[in-house]
Amino acid sequence: MHCNAALIAPTFVTGLILGFIYALIALGYTMVYGVLKLINFAHDAVFATGGILVFYAFGQWFGIVQPLSGVSLVVLMAASLVIGALASAGSAFLLERVAYRPLRRRQGARLSYLITAIGASFFADYLYQQNFLLGPGKREFPNYFNVSKAFTVFGSVVQNVDVLIVVLAIACLIALDQFITRTRSGRAIRALSEDQVAAQLMGINNDRVITTTFVVGGLFAGIAGVLYAIKFGFVVWNMGFVPGIKAFTAAVLGGIGNIRGALLGGILLGLIENMSAVCVGAEWKDTVAFSVLVLVLILRPTGILGEGIKG
Amino acid sequence: MSEPLLVLDDVHVHYGVIEAVRGIDLTVGRGEIVTLIGGNGAGKTTTLRAISRIHGPSAGSIRFEGSELTRLRSDQVVDLGIIQVPEGRHIFPSMTVAENLEMGAFSRRRVARRRLAEDLEEVYGLFPVLAERRKQLGGTLSGGEQQMLAMGRALMAKPRLLMLDEPSMGLAPQIVQRVFEVITRINQAGTPILLIEQNAQMALNAAHRGYVIESGAIVLEDEARALLDDDQVRKAYLGEE
Ligand SMILES: Nc1ncnc2c1ncn2[C@@H]1O[C@H](COP(=O)(O)OP(=O)(O)OP(=O)(O)O)[C@@H](O)[C@H]1O
Ligand SMILES: [Mg+2]
Repeated sequence: MHCNAALIAPTFVTGLILGFIYALIALGYTMVYGVLKLINFAHDAVFATGGILVFYAFGQWFGIVQPLSGVSLVVLMAASLVIGALASAGSAFLLERVAYRPLRRRQGARLSYLITAIGASFFADYLYQQNFLLGPGKREFPNYFNVSKAFTVFGSVVQNVDVLIVVLAIACLIALDQFITRTRSGRAIRALSEDQVAAQLMGINNDRVITTTFVVGGLFAGIAGVLYAIKFGFVVWNMGFVPGIKAFTAAVLGGIGNIRGALLGGILLGLIENMSAVCVGAEWKDTVAFSVLVLVLILRPTGILGEGIKG
Repeated sequence: MSEPLLVLDDVHVHYGVIEAVRGIDLTVGRGEIVTLIGGNGAGKTTTLRAISRIHGPSAGSIRFEGSELTRLRSDQVVDLGIIQVPEGRHIFPSMTVAENLEMGAFSRRRVARRRLAEDLEEVYGLFPVLAERRKQLGGTLSGGEQQMLAMGRALMAKPRLLMLDEPSMGLAPQIVQRVFEVITRINQAGTPILLIEQNAQMALNAAHRGYVIESGAIVLEDEARALLDDDQVRKAYLGEE
């Protein structure tokens, strides 16, 4: 194994940026796991929905084809993030109502949840693949945000969108931390994730808390979906699959159910897989990432920081 | 004549096809301590869970001050002031003692922080050990401390009916003594209590009235004093020959 020295710094930066995206997506996996002890394998579709809806809104319906600047750029960016966040949150809400709540009412077995989750994910992906929607190929994302070099650090280029990703991811994590510790809904989420019966006996409406959890996880996934589409410049029907399963890995790595673990796991996974691309070979990247998942599951199933939603 | 505070009227509870509670009638009046005693698997916890609407009932009526509880969700039952300290305590393990107590006040929506702080101090006065450990995580408390925390947490909800499921379970005799002292004090301050126990001696000494449940049905009901003298009860639950 010999690492290409010239590539180490740039790869580190790439890994870190991707890590923040994984972390944003991982929050949804981890929060839903916290309250339902369920891996929501359809969360990848929730993530994709944000990017895809913004593609439609500004790429198709408004037909914005020019890079923007100044106030109009800020407004459009803000609108994109809001629309993406709401679209993903809406899809998460729908998913909970249509797929999971009926199962809870019938006290479905663990396996039914898993199969339902995977089914819902496939449903969304292949719906987007239909010709009246995205079709089978990549679709160019409207380029109103002119992705370009912002500055150089240790000889590696950092793009303006990367700065945006880091800043927004940190802002989201701080907001979530405040939400969990300071608000009534946040405390209810924490209580439900610690003890379902006790939460009920405190007067918490479990169904409402579960809905809130899906929606909050969806908001973050939507923001990640929009940023992802801007950074890579396209949307595609199965765009959620790889980032989704990586984010799931990140959540497990950090400690599923643990919010800080999502950040730690996201960054670690982003770094590990990208460094491995430099040191082992790019074709090994995903193999290494999923080997991490398997190793964590074998050696430390509760992840680095352990389970439990904490403020 | 007005109806008692809590009325269970022919309540049945099923787990699948198994009927765990078979037509129970039970009442709790204002200001009373009522105890429900019975052996393992008799259906005591099942009855409480039905009142709290955690599970069941499958038939019958449960009324609290004229509200039909069987039509409500568990959180609405709590909103009425029916607060349960469950079997096994169910402390939030990764929350501190203080956070656990604050969760107890979850159902009191628009209460001022100052009121909450006062209520917290009141609970600490009742259970000084909780004050010493206010920063400690709930999961690291001893069994006795967890029981006190569970009771303190319930008091933070300002119960209008307090239901306790085997508060003495697994505790040392002095701690049991202390728990029952507090139960009596809470009641003397005006809170009606439905007390579930296997420790019939302690429960009947503290209670005004009692019910004996066997295999999901009430087999005896009387003044607590009368039950203490009852031959059947003495043989079956007070360990006498
Ligand atoms: N979740 C459940 N599923 C199926 N059966 C149950 C369940 N919970 C309780 N039961 C059964 O219902 C009956 C009554 O149980 P319950 O827990 O109410 O008894 P209990 O009087 O509280 O006993 P203990 O003093 O041991 O706590 C028992 O036969 C028990 O096996
Ligand atoms: Mg019991």
